[in-house]
Amino acid sequence: MAMLEIKNLGISFGGLRAVDRFEVSIEKGQLYGLIGPNGAGKTTVFNMLTGVYKPSDGIIKLDGKDLVGKSTIEINKEGVARTFQNIRLFSDQSVLDNVKIGLHNDHPYSTLTGILRLPKYRKVEKEMNEKALELLKVFELDEKADYLASNLPYGQQRKLEIARALATNPKLLLLDEPAAGMNPNETKELMDTIRFVRDEFDMTILLIEHDMKLVSGICEELTVLNFGQVLAQGKTSDVLNNPEVIKAYLGE
Amino acid sequence: MKKFKNLKKTTKNNLITYAMVIIAFIVVQIMVSGGMMSSLMQGLLVPLCTYSIVAIGLNLCVGYLGELSLGHAGFMCVGAFSSAFFTKCMATTGMNETVRFILAILIGTLTAAIFGYLIGIPVLRLRGDYLAIVTLAFGEIIKNIINVMYIGRDSNGFHFSLKDKASLNLGEDGEMLVDGAKGITRIPHQSSFLIGVILILICLVIVFHLVNSRSGRAIMAIRDNRIAAESVGINVTKYKLMAFSISAAIAGAGGVLYAHNLSTLTALPANFGYNMSIMILVFVVLGGMGSFRGSIIAAVILTMLPEVLRGLADYRMLIYAIVLIVMMLFNWAPKAIEMREKFSSKMKHIFHKKQTEEVQ
Repeated sequence: MAMLEIKNLGISFGGLRAVDRFEVSIEKGQLYGLIGPNGAGKTTVFNMLTGVYKPSDGIIKLDGKDLVGKSTIEINKEGVARTFQNIRLFSDQSVLDNVKIGLHNDHPYSTLTGILRLPKYRKVEKEMNEKALELLKVFELDEKADYLASNLPYGQQRKLEIARALATNPKLLLLDEPAAGMNPNETKELMDTIRFVRDEFDMTILLIEHDMKLVSGICEELTVLNFGQVLAQGKTSDVLNNPEVIKAYLGE
Repeated sequence: MKKFKNLKKTTKNNLITYAMVIIAFIVVQIMVSGGMMSSLMQGLLVPLCTYSIVAIGLNLCVGYLGELSLGHAGFMCVGAFSSAFFTKCMATTGMNETVRFILAILIGTLTAAIFGYLIGIPVLRLRGDYLAIVTLAFGEIIKNIINVMYIGRDSNGFHFSLKDKASLNLGEDGEMLVDGAKGITRIPHQSSFLIGVILILICLVIVFHLVNSRSGRAIMAIRDNRIAAESVGINVTKYKLMAFSISAAIAGAGGVLYAHNLSTLTALPANFGYNMSIMILVFVVLGGMGSFRGSIIAAVILTMLPEVLRGLADYRMLIYAIVLIVMMLFNWAPKAIEMREKFSSKMKHIFHKKQTEEVQ
């Protein structure tokens, strides 16, 4: 059985059917792409997957567990982490603290332990620091651990968001336009990073992207959304050569 | 000295704040024993501590949780009355005074925390201006309820009424504990500058340790980006309520200190009304949101100022207002910040040069 199973997913905002009969199934360890023109409903799918919006109908199953109706926090605990199209970092905190906030649920100690600085505080904080630095190293951000998140250049902010999402120890990682605003060099670097993350962390990744170079370079399978509906689905090369996809999205 | 330099920046900052409070305490003690301080000024010492503590509490709410509260005078009021009530009840039992006062502090703090929690449940669903206005209303409600509360005690136990004194039906041996708008009278005078400073230090330890812990990071994450905080699994409601309750508890501790510095405690608009809430907010904003040290400094300066200017009679409050505006501009106008940074980097440069020369 596939790791992520979405069946007949739909949502309406008033009279607008933003997503309709969306279906996808993603195997463990797959790098899956979700593409489509602006306003096709890609981010809406992400928002339903993470509990920001409640779907009007349909089923979302992660490892056989139903995610529909669960809160964002519960879904995160089930193992879904995401990044955002418009970067949402904790901008007034350090790069290290951003990742440590991601470790929040995996390395718990009580508030009282923190206030009284009990031995457990030191122990867990040390673990957190080590783990966070390890993650930052993957993204070559460890030397900037003390920087304020808002002072990082754009490309690194995107990477930090991925690091923070990985800190929550997810099974499924959702990346919302990770290459937006990056130059070709940065994009290339990002492609390597995403592949590395998949292999190193044994991660399943679903990403939204407009950069066709990135999509064709790393995604094994694709789903194309158009006006809220699935236009095409399948192997990347097949989908990108599909005349309907070319007409609706890529341009002839 | 070298060891001090190697510490983390936040730890260093915290140590400087503790040191500042302790040094201020020592200086004041020397001035008092040397007779260099007028009795008027001496009378201000405990209120200074009170305002500093409440400002620390409010700063946690405004600077770290990022929610504007205009009701902290209400929490101060709760802390003041609950602790004074306890002290008054226990006054005749012959309990050790120190133990009684420590218990009073704990009770005042805890009651304020409970009120903070209960009020926080509905209020924290709102954001921004709406939250500010609703907290303002709750602060006023607390003050007004206490103004019509009558509690008495006789051989049959406690009597409680919200109507008037007569409806209590006290026996002949009855004693009024809380007398409506007349408040609580004859409270033992137990606050002192020393206790105030100790309380400030305890509050500082609590808030510093809190904001540098897992929970503190969660609180700040909610402030910086609520949606992202939820996406990494942070329970937003829980941490908002926690921060708000702790903030209220600290304001309550300030109230305890305030109550035990007066012989008669009444809930007047002047001491627990929104004027007080706004004054505390001024301390927080002037001192810098998120800077506990700044809150203390602003509280001290702005409380002392009217007394220092007493000689100017009618112009006193005018000058107070002007000083407030000038300080605000100097601290927070972008041009002024730029100028200060330039100046401090220049100073650092000169200082650094000197040091390297010494080394050579």
